[in-house]
Amino acid sequence: MAAPDLVMYEEEYQQIKDILHRLQVDSNSKIVFLVDKNGQQIASQGDMRGVDATSLASLTAGNVAATDGLAKLIGEKEFSILFHEGERDNIHISLVAQRVILVVIFDEKSSLGLVRLRVKKASGELEKTFEQLLKKAEADRGNQANRFDSPFAEITDEDIDSLFSE
Amino acid sequence: MTFINYAAREINCKIVYYGPGLCGKTTNLQWIYDKTNPQAKGKLISLATETDRTLFFDFLPLDLGTVRGFKTRFHLYTVPGQVFYDASRKLILKGVDGVIFVADSQEPRMEANIESLQNLEKNLKEQGYDLKTIPYALQFNKRDLPTALPADDMYRQLNFKGEPTFEAVAMNGTGVFDTLKAVAKLVLTELKKK
Ligand SMILES: Nc1nc2c(ncn2[C@@H]2O[C@H](COP(=O)(O)OP(=O)(O)OP(=O)(O)O)[C@@H](O)[C@H]2O)c(=O)[nH]1
Ligand SMILES: [Mg+2]
Repeated sequence: MAAPDLVMYEEEYQQIKDILHRLQVDSNSKIVFLVDKNGQQIASQGDMRGVDATSLASLTAGNVAATDGLAKLIGEKEFSILFHEGERDNIHISLVAQRVILVVIFDEKSSLGLVRLRVKKASGELEKTFEQLLKKAEADRGNQANRFDSPFAEITDEDIDSLFSE
Repeated sequence: MTFINYAAREINCKIVYYGPGLCGKTTNLQWIYDKTNPQAKGKLISLATETDRTLFFDFLPLDLGTVRGFKTRFHLYTVPGQVFYDASRKLILKGVDGVIFVADSQEPRMEANIESLQNLEKNLKEQGYDLKTIPYALQFNKRDLPTALPADDMYRQLNFKGEPTFEAVAMNGTGVFDTLKAVAKLVLTELKKK
């Protein structure tokens, strides 16, 4: 496989949620959302009612991927921040540790300056958490003794068939 | 790149429908969307032109239930088949776990099928994947048309590693779920090896 699978454990998941929660409160924003570059939602904080999280994740990733493509086209490594301004709500999108996307949705109760500032701080923290996560996942992969952790070693054909029987 | 979330007990896999323009990729997704229980699916997102050609991608999240206590979620994407959208196709292939190649059975489209398959191989390679080893299934779509080539002919020209192959009429759903199921199975079997 080209990229190692992304694995999430309880401890880091909690850390990530705490960081996102603090970011949401400190930046006075409505929603804070973390997506991996392939469009899979990792975690969110704030009022997600009425928000289609899966679509948000996929479109954000598509947006970032297209912008990345544009950057390469003109010889930039990446555009680290995307900002879309709406009539009511604004969306601030930034890359963390080169592999996850941090999305902040805010209205007039906050400001771009404040969001930028808080995002910077939270990004640093998230980066550390993801480093830790990668190390852990790697150790897990190397360590055969931990294999009992993987619930997939014992997947049977029946398991798979039953997914499709309705 | 499968995303295994031990905290939320979820696995997420990405499957991409590939193939030449107008071969029926979007139609496959629409059929799956129409025939799946509301609670098992999310919104079908289509980023398309005014004439319904895929511009960037179609996206459909699908919950298949649980395996070994893990919620199994497939993210289905289609690429834009028109030749000049190659940059977009490359982006969509990022992090792919399994590929379905939809071939157009109409005789005049055979060249486009072959060209698209070569394009798939090249774009996968650029991302560090090998078409020979990635979970992969082949679909011969539009079997209902009078100009459809015999399936044997198509098999000889397009099947290259004995991959699971299905005849389909995506418009009425024939073969659509069989194809998806075959590739989903390969993806999950791949997980087992890790
Ligand atoms: N006769 C017939 N027509 C089909 C079948 N499947 C799809 N079509 C038609 O073929 C046309 C193109 O289908 P799409 O699903 O939009 O094709 P696509 O592969 O997504 O095309 P791009 O987005 O341009 O790459 C539509 O008019 C469909 O109704 C089939 O099995 N039989
Ligand atoms: Mg399409």
